[in-house]
Amino acid sequence: MRASLFIACFNDTFFPQTGRAVVRLLRRLGVEIAFDERQTCCGQMHANSGYRPEAWHQAERFLRLYAEADHVVIPSTSCTAMIREQYPALFTSFGSESQKRELAALLPRVFELSEFLIDKLGSEDVGAYFPHRVAYHASCHGLRALHLGNRPHRLLAKVRGLELVAIPNAERCCGFGGTFAVKNAEVSSAMLTAKLQDVLSTRAEICTSLDNSCLMHIGGALHRQYAGMAVMHLAEILACTETSLAEAAP
Amino acid sequence: MSGPILDPRYALPFAEAALPVLRNAQLRKNVAHAMDTIQAKRARLVAEKSDWQALRDSASAIRGHVLENLPGYLEQFEARCAAQGGIVHWAADAAEARAIALRILVEEKADSVVKVKSMTTAEIQLNADLERHGIAVFETDLAEIILQLGHEEPSHIVVPALHVNRSQIREIFAREMGLPHLSDEPRALAEAARIFLRRKFLSSPAAISGANFLIAETGAVAVVESEGNGRMCLTLPKTLITIAGIEKVLPRFGDLEVFLQLLARSATGERMNPYTSLWTGVTPGDGPQRFHIILLDNGRSSILARPGERQTLKCIRCAACMNACPVYRQTGGHAYGSVYPGPIGAILTPQLMGMQYARSLPFASTLCGACYEVCPVKINIPQVLVELRAEIVAQQEQSIGGILERLVMRFTGYLFRDERRFRAAQAVLRLFARLVTKRDGWIHALPAMGAKWTQTRDLVGPPPQSFRMWWQDNEASKMTKER
Repeated sequence: MRASLFIACFNDTFFPQTGRAVVRLLRRLGVEIAFDERQTCCGQMHANSGYRPEAWHQAERFLRLYAEADHVVIPSTSCTAMIREQYPALFTSFGSESQKRELAALLPRVFELSEFLIDKLGSEDVGAYFPHRVAYHASCHGLRALHLGNRPHRLLAKVRGLELVAIPNAERCCGFGGTFAVKNAEVSSAMLTAKLQDVLSTRAEICTSLDNSCLMHIGGALHRQYAGMAVMHLAEILACTETSLAEAAP
Repeated sequence: MSGPILDPRYALPFAEAALPVLRNAQLRKNVAHAMDTIQAKRARLVAEKSDWQALRDSASAIRGHVLENLPGYLEQFEARCAAQGGIVHWAADAAEARAIALRILVEEKADSVVKVKSMTTAEIQLNADLERHGIAVFETDLAEIILQLGHEEPSHIVVPALHVNRSQIREIFAREMGLPHLSDEPRALAEAARIFLRRKFLSSPAAISGANFLIAETGAVAVVESEGNGRMCLTLPKTLITIAGIEKVLPRFGDLEVFLQLLARSATGERMNPYTSLWTGVTPGDGPQRFHIILLDNGRSSILARPGERQTLKCIRCAACMNACPVYRQTGGHAYGSVYPGPIGAILTPQLMGMQYARSLPFASTLCGACYEVCPVKINIPQVLVELRAEIVAQQEQSIGGILERLVMRFTGYLFRDERRFRAAQAVLRLFARLVTKRDGWIHALPAMGAKWTQTRDLVGPPPQSFRMWWQDNEASKMTKER
C-alpha cells in the first residue's frame, strides 16, 4: 500500500511532530509513504474567509500534485473537509471539465488519517502503547463534515495502557473557527472557557484530537492557565509503542 | 444606559455588540438553561421518529420546489384566498406593508389592535409605526407582552423573553398592570396576563398576525402557537390583517403533514404544538368578517435571485439552529442587532438588507455545522455563510481593517502558490517568532491582531525544524542514498 502524505501548512510549520508520528505509524503498518515537497496549503483559510480566487489556486495545486497518487492521507479533519466539501464548488466555478473529472476521480482516494487506518487498512489495533488517561475531543469537521463517528474511539480503545475518558458535550465547538478566533476573539474565548470546563472535568492527562487547530486553541488556553493537561494529536498517541515513546509524551 | 438595537442599520458590529452580553451573568445563565432544556426535549422527540431524516428530505424538497416555482404558487394562493373572501395585498417593502396595514386600520376606525406573535411584523417594525399614528398595539403572546410592557427587545425568535427572569416579569407586570402585590409565582403571573388580555381580546376591533404557512391549493393560512392567545386574536375581532413573507407558501394542504411534524419538534420540542389555527378567507357569521392578507417581499425576491443563497428562504422559523449554535449560546440574540438572531439571522439579515448592513454577521460563526445538522429543511447554513463572506470581501470595504485583511489574504495566497516562497515565509515566520517566543517554546503575547489571540490563550511557537525540513534531512536524503 502506498500513500502520499498531505501534512497541511500549519502542521508543517507548528506541529511537525504530528507529521513525523504519521510517518512512523504508517511505516509500522507497512505503508510506503511519500511526501511531495511542492505541497503548501489546502486553501481553507482563504475559502472560509471569502477569498475564493486564492482558495482556487490552492485547490488546483492540490489536484495537480495528487491526481496520480494512490492514496492521500491528511492528519487534519478540517483540511480533509475543505477538500471534500468545498473543492467541488471551486472547480465548478473556476475549473475546466477535465479538471472536474480528475477531481471526482481523486476525491475517493483522499483520506483523513482515521478513515485511512480503519476504512482502508482495516486496522483498529495499530499496536500502540500509551499508558495515560486520555480525553478525545471530536473536531466539528470530523464529527459533522466527515462523519467519522466512532472511528477515533475504536482506535484509542485498542491502545494498550490507555484509559479513554469521554468529554461532556463532546459535539460542541471549541470556538476556534479560524479567523473567527481573532475577529470575534471575546466570543471565541467564551466558547473556549465552556469547552475547557468540560475538558478539565475529565481529569485526563492528555486531550487528543484529529485536528491540531482545535488543539492549538484548547492547548493554548490549558497552557495559559497552568491547567496541567497537555494536548497531543491522535497520530502521536498511535505512533507510540513500548519501545518507541511519544516525542511529546508527558 | 441604552439597550440593544435590533435594527441592522444602526446596530454595532457583532463582536462589539457581544461584549456587554458576555459580561451579563444572568443572561448567559438564562440562555444556556433555555437552550439545554429545549435541545434535550427536541433530541428526545427526534429520536422517536424513525423517519426523521426522510421528513427533513421531504421538507427540503417541498420548500425547494416552492422557491423554484414561487410566482405560480403565489398567484394560485391569491386567487383561492380571494375567491373565499380574503383581500390580498402585495407589499414590495416594509414601508409599503406598514402603510397598507395602517390604511386598513384607519378605514376600519380601529384605535387599537391585538397581535399574534409574528416575526414578520417585527421585521418591518410595525408596532412603533402604528403607535406613531395613534393606534394602540397589544401583543398577546405571553413572552411578547413581557417584552412590550418591559420595553425589552426579543432575544430569540421562538422564546423571545428568555433573557428576562421571573422576578423581573413580576416587576414589569406589577408596574404596568397596576398590581403592586403580585407574586412571582408562574401561576399568578399567568393569571395576571390572562385577565389583562381578556379585556383586550373582547374590546379590540382588529387583530394582526403573521403566518406560518400559506396553502396555494386552498388559499388557507396556518398559524401555530402554544398558548391559545393567537387563536383568540384570530377569531374574536371583526377585522384580521395577516402579514406574511412571500416565501411562506406551500403547494398543497397535505404538505402540512410534513411540516407540522417537523416544526413543533424542532421549535419547542413538542410532538404537536398545542394550537394550530387554519382559516380560508371569510366565513359568514364565524370569526373575522374582513380578512386582509399582505404578501411581503422586503428583499426576499433578491434572495431568490441568488442561486447559492436561495435556500435561505426555505426557513420555517423554528429556531433549532440558534438552539444548537455554540455562538448564540454564549451571546444570546441581542448581539446580532437584528430581530433574526443566531445562524439563520446571520444569513437572512444581511441578505434582507441588500448586503449593505449586518456585514459582520456572516463572520459571527465558527462554521461548526451544528445548525445544518438540526435544520428541519436542511438549509446548509455554513455553505451560505461562506458564500456571503465572499460577497462581502468582493465589496472591497475601504476601512483600515478591510484593506489590511485583503493585503494579508492576497499576500498569503501569493506565498502558498509556490513552495519556495512558502518555505521562505516559514523561515521568516520562525525568525520573527523567536523575538516573542519564551524559553519554554510558547508565545504569551503577540503584537497587533495577534494580541486578540494571546489575550486569553498562549500560542505554541513554531519549532526550529518544520516537517518538510525534517523530511528533507532524514527521508529525502535517505531515499537518494538508497537509490
